Amino acid sequence: MATDSKDSSTGNGIKRRDFIYVASAGLGIIATGSAVWPLIDQMNPSADVLAMSITDVDLSSIAVGQSITVVWQSKPVFIRHRTPEEIAEARAVPLEDLPDPQTDEDRVQRAEWLIMVGICTHLGCVPLGEQGLYGGWFCPCHGSHYDTSGRIRQGPAPDNLVIPNYEFLDDNHIRIG
Amino acid sequence: MSTDTYNPKGKFFRWMDDRLPIIRLMHGTFVSYPTPKNLNYWWNFGSLAGIVLMIMMITGIVLAMHYNSSADAAFDSVEHIMRDVNYGWLIRYVHANGGSMFFIAVYIHMFRGLYYGSYKAPREMLWILGVVIFLLMMMTAFMGYVLPWGQMSFWGATVITNLFSAIPLVGDAIVSWLWGGFAVSDPTLNRFYSLHYLLPFVIIGVVILHIWALHIQGSNNPLGIDVKGPQDQVNFHPYYIMKDSFGLAAFIFVFAVFVFYFPNMLGHPDNYIPANPLVTPEHIVPEWYFLPFYAILRAITFDIGIPGTDIVLLDAKLLGVIAMFASILVLFALPWLDSSPVRSARFRPIYKWAFWIFFLDCIMLGYVGSQKPEGIMPILGLVGTVYYLAHFLILLPWLSRFEKPLPLPESISNPVIKATGEVGHEQ
Repeated sequence: MATDSKDSSTGNGIKRRDFIYVASAGLGIIATGSAVWPLIDQMNPSADVLAMSITDVDLSSIAVGQSITVVWQSKPVFIRHRTPEEIAEARAVPLEDLPDPQTDEDRVQRAEWLIMVGICTHLGCVPLGEQGLYGGWFCPCHGSHYDTSGRIRQGPAPDNLVIPNYEFLDDNHIRIG
Repeated sequence: MSTDTYNPKGKFFRWMDDRLPIIRLMHGTFVSYPTPKNLNYWWNFGSLAGIVLMIMMITGIVLAMHYNSSADAAFDSVEHIMRDVNYGWLIRYVHANGGSMFFIAVYIHMFRGLYYGSYKAPREMLWILGVVIFLLMMMTAFMGYVLPWGQMSFWGATVITNLFSAIPLVGDAIVSWLWGGFAVSDPTLNRFYSLHYLLPFVIIGVVILHIWALHIQGSNNPLGIDVKGPQDQVNFHPYYIMKDSFGLAAFIFVFAVFVFYFPNMLGHPDNYIPANPLVTPEHIVPEWYFLPFYAILRAITFDIGIPGTDIVLLDAKLLGVIAMFASILVLFALPWLDSSPVRSARFRPIYKWAFWIFFLDCIMLGYVGSQKPEGIMPILGLVGTVYYLAHFLILLPWLSRFEKPLPLPESISNPVIKATGEVGHEQ
């Protein structure tokens, strides 16, 4: 058991009591943190939500100039079979005209297939196809205009439409995710 | 100032008063509370807001008995309430319109505070607690509007939760955490339901603190001068119980006109279309009470960066979010931004104009928020936003220093200003 002399200051000015306070407070913080973390983390996506992570799409029925919307991770993904004019228009834009500079070549794996997450980078609305000032997409919520490569050209959105990870399984099939 | 006249009669009440003096507390709060005798009808809206809160909680608890918060069933369960549940249509329309009535009462209550300087010393904590209640109300109303799971519910939730994606670095992780998925979906709806049920109880707690803070210093009054003695005051009961009751009857009349004759006027028809994650409505608008803040959110469409380079310090999206939060949070600093010792705008010849211009600015922002972002609207939104913030951050501190107030009356009982011989009798 502690004696009075041990409770008083040792040579370097630290008391036994001080050590007990710091140790108790430290353990208390760790214990509280461990108890609180599950209560916070339970709000993150659950295992079954995370499991729905890939989507396969058959492209063979999409004609030139046509778009479809598929669902990937409960988000809409636009798949557009672009016309040669759209491709030419997207590639003719000088990079300095773009708020978020990116070449069309960097945004597609095959020039005729433009595949992107159909969510406006401003506040998450779904833009409308073949509308707006640049012949691409137009977000009706806050007026963002995207071009035929899905790049932001005008309006409050900060970034180009996001390109998801995808791969061509063969000429007519892609896997998103 | 406190004249506690409670005198328990009868054995039980004396026994109770010695053990738990809750009746004494109620008596002091609602009966013998000494109140300035010159309060006008603008002072009704605090108690009206409290009564609407009670109506919202009672109808809400009843609706929760019939509502189903699964994304597959939520929309249908609301239609079930409307068509099948006994009086379900009435209870839901009272709850849906009650949200609007709550905001009408609270906005009038806040503008009254702004006009008569009720936020100034010694009532800063009272004002700050009120702003906390306002923030909690906004959260509760937003989550409640998501529950019917219509198109406006879904896309309103999407736009507002995406605000957090503007936060640098951790924004996307926070949004995914809020959603419990990769988009607004079933987990989001369930947690919003849980919190929508919880927050009103938190609001009640802060309302109790708000009333406590009120009773420490007593009510402000239209002259904005301190109470000089008992001759300036009357008891809350019966004088203001009667005045508030008359106001309540008028308010309930307006409320009932909406519920029975225009139950969907303040809502949006798109919310009778079930939520569809693949189609955004042509024009997303929040409920009317959020429109000015929505206009501020959309007002900024340019990045701020280092001139001559491509380096963007704050992009337009983050700036819009900052401006919107600033427009609410600036209210916390108001008691110190406006340091003029004169409270009531009646004796502040320039502030009186500044108040009304600010009021019109809020109305204009509300109109801009309801319109598509085209033509002149983005410019009006930007001008309105800059003026809104400048009112608090530039105009009020400037006025506090340079405005010459009119002479203040001697007391509430003697509002005639003797120095000029002018007769300014208060009604």
